[in-house]
Amino acid sequence: MNKKQSFKQGVQDGIPIALGYFAVSFTFGMMSVSDGLTAGQAALISLTNLTSAGQFAGLDIIVMSGSYVEMMLTQLVINLRYCLMSFSLSQKLVRNEPWGHRYLVAYGVTDEIFGVSAARGGKISAFYSYGAMSVAVPGWVLGTLVGAVCGNILPALLVSALSIAIYGMFLAVIIPPAKKDKAVMCVVIASMVISSVFSIVPLLKSVSSGFVIIITTVLVSSAAAYLAPVKEDGEEGAADEA
Amino acid sequence: MQRMKHNIYIYILVMAVTTYLIRMIPLVFTKKEITNPFIRSFLYYVPYACLAAMTFPAIIDSTSSRISAVVGFAVALIAAYREKSLLTVALFACGAVFIVERLFVFL
Repeated sequence: MNKKQSFKQGVQDGIPIALGYFAVSFTFGMMSVSDGLTAGQAALISLTNLTSAGQFAGLDIIVMSGSYVEMMLTQLVINLRYCLMSFSLSQKLVRNEPWGHRYLVAYGVTDEIFGVSAARGGKISAFYSYGAMSVAVPGWVLGTLVGAVCGNILPALLVSALSIAIYGMFLAVIIPPAKKDKAVMCVVIASMVISSVFSIVPLLKSVSSGFVIIITTVLVSSAAAYLAPVKEDGEEGAADEA
Repeated sequence: MQRMKHNIYIYILVMAVTTYLIRMIPLVFTKKEITNPFIRSFLYYVPYACLAAMTFPAIIDSTSSRISAVVGFAVALIAAYREKSLLTVALFACGAVFIVERLFVFL
């Protein structure tokens, strides 16, 4: 597959992401302005960070006038899951493209772009990632701007409905493979159960959502790797679509 | 409005740099293709575990009412199980939430 095709595929998969992003970043823009930031500052945060939970937490710190160190640590904890995703992606990217591309691909490692990249069979090109970013990033930044400028125009009913889009997408990524592979099905169910336990059990409830994701991912993926090691078939270039 | 103690642009810079480094370091510095079967298997399962943990239970609190979210979740599950595209599943979930919340208005 050439660069153009990869890019096009990325654009295609990026559209639902942009849609979901719009709803979430809209809320972020609205909140930023009501917390005293300008629309431009809110958009700048969205453009440079491209992360939902991290930005909301960051906004809290800005409003409460926390220290820069606190800001750094909070971002580190909440966004540490990207570390796992990037590690996983480092194996998924084709190896015959200039290494420099990885510095750019890194910018776009979000839950959603990672999700669609993981759903692609075989190796992926950096251009796939660029394609997804080319629609998802504008969706994220524009959503922030629109939310900041006219937060009261869009009816609450519509914002509420759009808020579920991202989760719908996640399900579309994980369910079809789970149907075909029992081990993946067990991984999906176990992860949902464990993260639910964290949200219910009193003491565990205080663990931040970023850590819950990391703990669950590491726990379940290691158990699965131990119990159901993946059999490798082809190496580079061999598409492993069924 | 006593944010003035700190500069907002420095805050943004700190946020952006921290977040970028977390994403960039593993991607750029894992140069070798990993051959260890355990790690390969681990990385194969990471996306599923991670996305599943992020979806549930967060999805049931994502909209303005739990009932609409649960209906949206159920609809998304069915659509995903039928292997609809990402956009279709997302739109079905949104549509279900919208309809359920619309119904609430009339009840």
